Amino acid sequence: MKRLAFASLFVFTASTAFAQVHVAEPWVRATVPQQRSTGAFLKITSQEDARLVAAQSPVAKVVEVHEMKMEGDVMKMRAVPALDLPAGKTVELKPGGYHVMLIDLHAQVKEGEVVPLTLVVEGKDGKREQIEVQAPVHPLAAPANGNQHGHGHGH
Amino acid sequence: MFATNRASCWRQLFAAACAALLLGACTNEPMFTATDITGATFGQDFRLFDPDGRTRSLADFRGKAVLVFFGFTQCPDVCPTALIRAAEVKRLLGADAGRLQVVFVTLDPERDTPAVLREYTAAFGADVLGLYTTVENTARVAEEFRIFYRKVPTGDSYTMDHTATSYVYDPAGRLRLAVLHAQGAEALAADLKTLLQSFSR
Ligand SMILES: [Cu+2]
Repeated sequence: MKRLAFASLFVFTASTAFAQVHVAEPWVRATVPQQRSTGAFLKITSQEDARLVAAQSPVAKVVEVHEMKMEGDVMKMRAVPALDLPAGKTVELKPGGYHVMLIDLHAQVKEGEVVPLTLVVEGKDGKREQIEVQAPVHPLAAPANGNQHGHGHGH
Repeated sequence: MFATNRASCWRQLFAAACAALLLGACTNEPMFTATDITGATFGQDFRLFDPDGRTRSLADFRGKAVLVFFGFTQCPDVCPTALIRAAEVKRLLGADAGRLQVVFVTLDPERDTPAVLREYTAAFGADVLGLYTTVENTARVAEEFRIFYRKVPTGDSYTMDHTATSYVYDPAGRLRLAVLHAQGAEALAADLKTLLQSFSR
């Protein structure tokens, strides 16, 4: 049953992706009321060299691709202008690394909801395409892998 | 730079502890995965508000080990990860779970109102306590606890850089351990078990 739920989720995600860019296991961390920002996490694979250059979402005023880095034991988080997607390599946006930062949320993001994300990917030829992703909201206390449905990868 | 200073400070403390004890003791395997900062002179106590507006200090938790983490709730990554670790540590402590108090001190009191703090900490466990103070006093407390933080503008909002180290106090209220963000829940639970062992229930 769990497996089935995840499989259908995956198909839903995959069916919205363009042929050459593949997004898997997207999720957003839930917020409490009046918490104005959160992070989205996912795995993205491009068949050709490309870059993730922007992201959008109707749930937040500002959406940025961020990198989290530890310098000593100081956490620093910065917007990155672009995230390289080397051909065929799965790039993970996950806690401890990259995330899509959703800033100035219009409303609380609740567990069980689905957050639409638009990823803007630029190919080597400078052509941009938009990938629509439906990211389920996981509990605020969801662990780093965010994967509550076991491992799944499909095709 | 700050981190380097602190590290060298700990090293000095450690060296001093070695001199004070029998030298042989220091060549043995350390008791803790975390950095043993027993004898540290900073971060001795705090006076902060809980979400009900009551003043809280370390003395309130005498008899329990206290795990203190500084952060902000808009943080998508490090802060939930640290609090998830704290929850996991409690689970691993089993029968001793009640002997650990988890405290989250906000570095962003402008946005982390008492209501936000209460709801946020509750997501990681009913007994996780969120504490705050004024913007001015937050700066003072952070300095006293050697926690670096600063606002970083992003869009027309801001995020924060901050030290992700957690501190552990023993049930007598003494500062004992500095825990790096990278230390896993198992190792931290083991450190706390070691610490709690020397204190009777
Ligand atoms: Cu961020």
